[in-house]
Amino acid sequence: MDYIATILPPLLQGSAVTLQVFLITLVLAVPLGLGLALVRISRFKFLGGLVNGYIWLMRGTPLMLQMLFIYFALPFIPIIGVRLPDFPSAILAFVLNYSAYFAEIFRAGIQSIDRGQYEGAKVLGLSYPQTMRRIVLPQVIKRILPPMSNETITLVKDTSLIYVLAMNDLLRAARGIVQRDFTTSPFVVAAAFYLIMTLVLTYGFQRLEKKYAVYDE
Amino acid sequence: MTNSLMIRARDVHKRFGAVEVLKGVSLDVDKGEVIAVIGPSGSGKSTFLRCLIHLETIHRGHIEIEGEALVTTDAQGHCHYVPPAEISRVCRKMGMVFQHFNLFPHLTVLQNLIEAPLTVKGALRDEIVPKAEALLRKVGLYDKRDSYPSRLSGGQKQRVAIARALAMEPDIMLFDEPTSALDPELTGEVLSTMRELAEEHMTMLVVTHEMAFAREVAGRAVFMDGGVVVEARPARELFAAPQHPRTRAFLEKML
Repeated sequence: MDYIATILPPLLQGSAVTLQVFLITLVLAVPLGLGLALVRISRFKFLGGLVNGYIWLMRGTPLMLQMLFIYFALPFIPIIGVRLPDFPSAILAFVLNYSAYFAEIFRAGIQSIDRGQYEGAKVLGLSYPQTMRRIVLPQVIKRILPPMSNETITLVKDTSLIYVLAMNDLLRAARGIVQRDFTTSPFVVAAAFYLIMTLVLTYGFQRLEKKYAVYDE
Repeated sequence: MTNSLMIRARDVHKRFGAVEVLKGVSLDVDKGEVIAVIGPSGSGKSTFLRCLIHLETIHRGHIEIEGEALVTTDAQGHCHYVPPAEISRVCRKMGMVFQHFNLFPHLTVLQNLIEAPLTVKGALRDEIVPKAEALLRKVGLYDKRDSYPSRLSGGQKQRVAIARALAMEPDIMLFDEPTSALDPELTGEVLSTMRELAEEHMTMLVVTHEMAFAREVAGRAVFMDGGVVVEARPARELFAAPQHPRTRAFLEKML
């Protein structure tokens, strides 16, 4: 137990980095994903096509590669080339990548809403934005909670990829101690930390699902 | 009497791809009239109703609601809709009730009624809630005000849908087969709500397969077949002595 107490501080510091990447990505990628989904289903076919290509690119290449590209290759690209420090690079890659997945979840949710809901809203005089905001999206949220829960839990664990930019997340902190002390118990502690984080998320999503269970469709 | 004309539809044509569903439908609806639109499936009667409230766009013809144009067609045969803001303003004179209710499942009965008045008209909650409650009493569902639609029977859902449409205070009510999705024992409550509405002189256009309702409540009956109006006459006459062989054949099958 004494040993574990000594390795807790670095592991907690690593957890803080993990949680930062997780929370910032979530807060930025969810609205961006919704926006992408709305463009994709809009009547602007050209923009929708662009979004399609974007989603293909982001889902079709490894997140780690995207992170490495933004950190190492982006500075050498003319015009848009900027040199970002490691943390912003990681955030940018995560947000771009996850917004593509969120966009597809939102799109599936929006397209699962019956056409009758749009017609019912239209004959009452609601505009398209009003219909989306007041009628469609509230119902979409209920339907996409399970896949969103999946995706956010995956995001918690994907944050461990930031080690490639030499950032000290939870897993990298644990690995450092393992290599220093020749013991695997830091891995067990790290696993426990991940499990606690996903437990909190699971609980949160269960609460949300309960909240939305007041009505059936 | 010209200013009491609520709906004026002239030569309305509608295509779905290559299929022409409406082949020149004309109809005038006067204030306070209750018109039953009957006819076999695929005759275009629902499509015609949907064109009136801009759920479908037409390819040729004219539609005027209370003297205001929704769509016109010029001499070259080009169809012109009025600007979008005008479309929604003109269409707001009409309320519509659907076969499948289209209630909002995430809102309670009362919320279903007040949603559009709040968001579209900017009504005040304190003013619209009593009005909505009065409408719910009228359709006999005040005790369901805080229930979600999924807890209601089909007949109750349709009565809520009628109340929801009325909450926007339309001058004209369109009914698209309002009882077709209901169990037979539940159609009566919906029909009697519609009957009450007719007795209050609401202008109503009802696409229906309920021949008894059409005969007893409607002033005029319109028989459509193959995308045209075959016969439009006072309901009692049309049912008692259909003029056209197609009307006769249809009524024989239905009655």
